[in-house]
Amino acid sequence: MAEAGSTGGGTEEYEYFFLGNVKYDDKPLKGVEITVEGGGFEASMKTDAEGKWRIGVPEKGEYKISLDEETLPKGVVVAEGKSTITAEFGLTKLKAVNFFLGEGQRTSSDLGAQLLVRVVNGLNFGLLLALAAIGLSLIFGTTGLSNFAHAEMVTFGALMVLSFGVDLAMPLWLAIGIALVLSAALGWGLDAAIWKPLRRRGVGLIPLMIVSIGLSLAIRYTYQFFYGGATRQLPGATLPADIRLGPISLSWVDIASMVTSVVVLLAVAYFLLRTRIGKATRAVSDNASLAAASGIDVDRVIRIVWVLGALLAGLSGILWAYFRPGVSWDMGFQILLLIFAAVTLGGLGTAFGALVGSLIVGLFVEISTLWLPSDMKYVGALIVLILVLLFRPQGILGRRERIG
Amino acid sequence: MIDWIAIFSNAAQELISPTTAAYALAALGLAIHFGYTGLLNFGQAGFMALGAYGYAISVLQFGWPVWAGILLGIGAAIVFALILGIPTLRLRADYLAIVTIAAAEILRLMFTTNTFEAVTGSANGLNGFRGFLSALNPIPAGTYGFGPFQYNEYDWFIRIIAWAVVALGVLFVWLIMRSPWGRVIKGIREDEDAVRSLGKNVYSYKMQSLILGGVLGALAGWLFILPRAVVPANYQTSLTFFIYAILLLGGAATVLGPVIGSMIFWVLLSFFSGFIARAVEAGWFPFMTQVQAGQLRFILVGVAIMLIVIFRPQGILGNKKELAFVK
Repeated sequence: MAEAGSTGGGTEEYEYFFLGNVKYDDKPLKGVEITVEGGGFEASMKTDAEGKWRIGVPEKGEYKISLDEETLPKGVVVAEGKSTITAEFGLTKLKAVNFFLGEGQRTSSDLGAQLLVRVVNGLNFGLLLALAAIGLSLIFGTTGLSNFAHAEMVTFGALMVLSFGVDLAMPLWLAIGIALVLSAALGWGLDAAIWKPLRRRGVGLIPLMIVSIGLSLAIRYTYQFFYGGATRQLPGATLPADIRLGPISLSWVDIASMVTSVVVLLAVAYFLLRTRIGKATRAVSDNASLAAASGIDVDRVIRIVWVLGALLAGLSGILWAYFRPGVSWDMGFQILLLIFAAVTLGGLGTAFGALVGSLIVGLFVEISTLWLPSDMKYVGALIVLILVLLFRPQGILGRRERIG
Repeated sequence: MIDWIAIFSNAAQELISPTTAAYALAALGLAIHFGYTGLLNFGQAGFMALGAYGYAISVLQFGWPVWAGILLGIGAAIVFALILGIPTLRLRADYLAIVTIAAAEILRLMFTTNTFEAVTGSANGLNGFRGFLSALNPIPAGTYGFGPFQYNEYDWFIRIIAWAVVALGVLFVWLIMRSPWGRVIKGIREDEDAVRSLGKNVYSYKMQSLILGGVLGALAGWLFILPRAVVPANYQTSLTFFIYAILLLGGAATVLGPVIGSMIFWVLLSFFSGFIARAVEAGWFPFMTQVQAGQLRFILVGVAIMLIVIFRPQGILGNKKELAFVK
């Protein structure tokens, strides 16, 4: 089974191979030292430019495979206690062994400091989730639609920044401005082209939800059609995290992201609580027929909610592209369930509930990586969602009669 | 020049492929949930994953016989349905939707994580369980068939099993839906409060429906892996959405709709991707690459879901009076 492009390291002599791929954040790591040990045999090699390694062993049996943490780049560590893996062969002569890499400081093992780092990350993540969740929640509140295509509105913002800021090489502020305007236009267009005609036809809520699922599939694969499957970076996404506050190291982008979210969220709160249209929005959300009877133009309010929701989702997508970091065609879909979880946790249809729910989900996802392996970090948040529904189905800020 | 014969024969093969059967059975399970009871289950992919992993893990890791592996998958689906149903069946329909979609993702992430690699094979999944079933194959070795349907003994064996299971499933659903139990179930879909006022325990009926459909989903998961390996990436949310597309295409509240829907879905999909791929090869669409041609079919499925729901919500076989979504 010797494939082309084997990387040396004693691969030719033996029939059985361990192989693997050392990657962190989808980027291959070069020159990481891997050692295989067992049955009196020992061999080691360094990963190649694609992060691949492959070591042959003389017989089928149990081996200890270890990764030398000292050869990893700074700021990357192997999940605790996982730098040595015991592996044996299954039915084939090849066995893939992958190490679990995460972000972290090897030097600080202090739980308090780690917790603080996670809390800051979680707040950042929660705030960007909140931007998307408030839009979803407002749309749900005013139209009753669980909009699965919201994820694609999130992706849209990031893709537009990529198109204008990277492909057309415009300055970043201009690219972001254009992306936000186009996001708002997308919200307007979706409502005008699809949702308003469907409301007119009197299509029920569940068919509407299934239409949004179809729309989500169609738009998502349209993105992949035009942008391909690769993950690309926005300008400034790989800035060094060189601003140190105690154990926390942040980049300018992180700080700008959090400040933007807070300012925008405050503006949305002001809009909902103090302006005429904001009050009308809450009135429609509460009882559409009564609002219509008191002279509120419901269709106009819904149109504004779509524009606002799409704008917030687009902004959230740009921030998510910096948080991950990277832009890809399905980046919005990756957090769709977390957005739904946030909205449900806070109480379906309540804007401030969505904010609270998002912060809880964001913090929970990040803090749980202290104990859970990071490929399971979304599991914790989704389990919390199910538990909350079990004990407080109306959500944290929801009212009881809403669950009908 | 385009090889039309190859395109048509590939499309025709989808008619009886085990994958078509698996999707048909999964859609039949969903018909019990969504079409007959009105439950919005968005976690059918999770039920299928349980059937697939239940079988693969028990024959490969525990060394159980084939029948025990299938039973383990079914048992896991029953437990999963209970866990999902207890918190959500009393709530409004969209809560069940969110919880089932979340639970199916939880399962997929648990099967993908490296933490349980020894049992689940993590992202690479599990392979090499084919021998356990082919040992039971009574068909002598060789190639049989006619026209485009030329298969070896194992391929015929799994096609026969798959469609026999689908036929039994269809018969079973047809029988229960014309029984008193089925009338209560359809009553719940139409007006839950009316059924409750007749003294029926709606919660318990919904739970039974969730379990029955889930068991069909688990069996579908088992059929799905007969010709392939178990890979967690197959059980993403889009799998559930595809099954919804099939169900809506055939007719949500019908017995044969899921089967016809699955056949039409796969034949058309195969024909379309075969045609596009070859047309791109022949240079008919110079603006498109082969990879992009592959993505076009997903766009098409999405658009098809929207159009069916808007313009023919009862599906091909359905009756407009018996709409799954009345409210």
